[in-house]
Amino acid sequence: MKNTNYETVVGMEIHVELSTATKMFCRCPFPTLQDQPNTLTCPICLGLPGALPFPNKQAIESCIQIGLALNCKINKDSFFERKNYFYPDLSKGFQISQYLHPFGEKGYLDIKINGVEKRIGITRVHMEEDTGKLTHATVKGREVSLIDFNRSSVPLVEIVTEPDIRSGEEAKLFLTELQKIIRYLGVSDADMEKGHMRLEPNISLRPPGQTTLPKYKVEVKNINSFKFVDKAIQYEEKRHEELLDKGETPIQETRGWNEFKNKTVSQRSKEEAHDYRYFPEPDIPPIKITQDQISEIENKIPELPAEKIKRFAIDYGITEYNAEILTRDLKLAHFFEEAISVGIAYNIVPLTIANYIINKKPNIEELLPATLVKKIKEESTVLQIDNNVLESAIRTVMEKNPQAVADYKSGKVQIIGFLIGQTRQVLPNAKDTEQIRKKLTEMLE
Amino acid sequence: MNIQNFTITDIIEGYKKKEFSVGEIVNSYLERIEKLNPTLNAFLTVDKQNALKKTEGFGSNLTIEQFKNFPLLGVPFGIKDMFLTRGVRTTAASNVLKDYIPPYSATAVDRLESAGAISLGKLNHDAWAHGSSGENSDFGNTLNPWNKDYIPGGSSSGSAVAVAASLSPFSTGTDTGGSIRLPASFTNTVGLKPTYGLVSRYGVISMASSLDSIGHFSKTVRDSAIILNATAGVDGYDATVTDRAKEDYTKDLEMGIKGLKVGVPKEYINEGLSPEVKQTFENSLKILGKLGAEIIDITLPHTDAGIAVYYIIQPSEVSSNLARYDGIRYGNDRSFFGKEAKRRIMLGTFTLSSGYYDAYYKKAMQVRTLIGNDFDSAFKNVDVIVSPVSPTPPWKFGEKANDPLAMYLSDALTVTINLAGVPGLAVPAGFSHDKLPIGIQFVGPHFSESLLFKVGHSFEQETKFYKELAHLE
Repeated sequence: MKNTNYETVVGMEIHVELSTATKMFCRCPFPTLQDQPNTLTCPICLGLPGALPFPNKQAIESCIQIGLALNCKINKDSFFERKNYFYPDLSKGFQISQYLHPFGEKGYLDIKINGVEKRIGITRVHMEEDTGKLTHATVKGREVSLIDFNRSSVPLVEIVTEPDIRSGEEAKLFLTELQKIIRYLGVSDADMEKGHMRLEPNISLRPPGQTTLPKYKVEVKNINSFKFVDKAIQYEEKRHEELLDKGETPIQETRGWNEFKNKTVSQRSKEEAHDYRYFPEPDIPPIKITQDQISEIENKIPELPAEKIKRFAIDYGITEYNAEILTRDLKLAHFFEEAISVGIAYNIVPLTIANYIINKKPNIEELLPATLVKKIKEESTVLQIDNNVLESAIRTVMEKNPQAVADYKSGKVQIIGFLIGQTRQVLPNAKDTEQIRKKLTEMLE
Repeated sequence: MNIQNFTITDIIEGYKKKEFSVGEIVNSYLERIEKLNPTLNAFLTVDKQNALKKTEGFGSNLTIEQFKNFPLLGVPFGIKDMFLTRGVRTTAASNVLKDYIPPYSATAVDRLESAGAISLGKLNHDAWAHGSSGENSDFGNTLNPWNKDYIPGGSSSGSAVAVAASLSPFSTGTDTGGSIRLPASFTNTVGLKPTYGLVSRYGVISMASSLDSIGHFSKTVRDSAIILNATAGVDGYDATVTDRAKEDYTKDLEMGIKGLKVGVPKEYINEGLSPEVKQTFENSLKILGKLGAEIIDITLPHTDAGIAVYYIIQPSEVSSNLARYDGIRYGNDRSFFGKEAKRRIMLGTFTLSSGYYDAYYKKAMQVRTLIGNDFDSAFKNVDVIVSPVSPTPPWKFGEKANDPLAMYLSDALTVTINLAGVPGLAVPAGFSHDKLPIGIQFVGPHFSESLLFKVGHSFEQETKFYKELAHLE
């Protein structure tokens, strides 16, 4: 679906909910979707008169960690600011956010597109608080708007990229990589379905060769999956192209993604000029971060996916492709490495374990790495020791099923499946179908 | 029992000597409130039931030991209606919150009650603490007990009058630009504006967050120190409170001020001072000299920018702090705001607007730093600064009510102290020829409250103006 007449220009805004034990500015526990509305609230997150925000140190550290993982410069003199606007889900009439001096800025993330590395610039990584949640419902025949403040003041990290993304596919790759990093850092579950990550692409098109930004951009909100980001960008590419071909410029607006209609729909045409009247949050003193503190936070950053892939490939003699599969999920990577250390005792090399995990996709939630290694050992043992037994079993099966053997020889090779099954009935311990198939083929020739 | 000249110290001494019981004291104050409040309008809510209920626990067998753990045991007090009180209506003296009953109490209230103090109820003030005369309350004026035609000063009008008229031995207040010191000086009471960051603002309705200081009114300086002992220190709910070692603010009271360097800022002693205020101030300097202090002329060069800076920063923060009263919660919409609140919301919204922010808010913050530097430099040469609190004695109701700018200028000598975040203690210094109170203020470096109490106590014990009472009966 790559556009040919125009170049796509996309910048992303990503909100990540941090999974701290308590909220950003109060001590209410981090809410889950199971909690009844407005049960995890207090004067602070309800914005009651007299309530004051008290910043969560852990959340600030997590935000700085994300900044460092995205190669950002960390601002040593930072502060919170108030973003003033009215909305029913905003209990204080302003959101505590960062504007002038975000914790992190001017970073980048390298992604791989068809094996080629590409750098996506990170404009800023800042800390803010989430708002409440509005639900529009009919209660006793009346249309009402309900506000749930459980989510109010949950720590949010906003990550803004440079307009470096050129397609929906690139956006998807970038987001996948970002999600992986956030999960590796352990600062958020980054679960899309639970709303831990919210995605807003800003999309525009320009003639090839143009290096300046187009005069317009379209922001798409309410996207809850990477796939839909891809689709939304593709949809917008087509829509903009049609307009541009007609000599028109798409309107600068905010659109929403409708996953049922598979299209974007206009939400707010002509973005009214918002004046958020940002000013330093007077209730929270400026936040000074020393080089020592930055180093300390940096030291807590675990090995990130890119490094892990490289190390797996070099240390374990597997391809980068396979190393990437094994590092997609941190739990799987840990499982793999634990299995390797158990494997040493059984003379099983990392490559065997890697291939087994990738091909058989064992459920690592229900399996211990040691159990997996023993299984691999058993399966390989069965084949080696009982080679003669296998041959005699196959011979028995061939004698009992002359028609099948004849069919195979006349070219109906798919009959081999039947013969494999028959062999396994004779040898319930023979678990490696491939080994049986190989032997059968050999003996049928 | 004549409670009219009772201080906190007198009440506690009386309990210790078993001269009266907690029930008798609380009842005496409640009776006085019943008699005088209909005229003075200091209390908006009298919490009689709760107050009486709290006396039930106390027999006549209070032990000395108990006072060590509960230094304000059985001492009644009044609470400015900006402080949230769990289960007791808290209005900010505004119709917007006229029926609001909060689910939690301010840290300062909690701490005073934990120290044994018993709340008598909630006190009137300018709505949202916006004002210098008390006339901006949506629930009527509070009258000055020294002369009912005169304003008692604001914004903490009810708090000052409650103490001056002995409706309560002490009361809480907030001081954003002079709201404690000004009414204290207009009512012959002691008013403390502590260092910004000493007393938690949690649970006190925010006016201008970077300036709001949580203080109190009392009859004497010693009482003021006793109250601060209970309210000061980190609570984990106000991020601007500084974590410091606990201090006994009464410990230096009797040390005297011999050799103390007292600075007089020349910018404060200008042609704007009324002759009576000037005369009273000069007398005060003589008394300080007599007590052994060295009077030194100093300069605070950015004083004249104080009001301008204050009236940019303060409304900016006000406009944001009042946004939560959006009509969705608390029952009443924004049309219930009074004129002064609306004026400040508009001013603040304007000064924070894009395109104006740099010219107003940012510039004001820069000048604010210069004002702070003025004080830092001054305190290199002197221990404390002394000045009048108000350029004039109390004025008549209505005199400035329709001239916001004239009203704003009455804070000219108090706002810079808030902008610098340093502490200020207002103490009675005499009377005008119409027998209207005039106060002076002592200002010290950050966290120098003990020093201010020492100076204030010496001055007060020499002059004993606090013994003079308004005649109400």
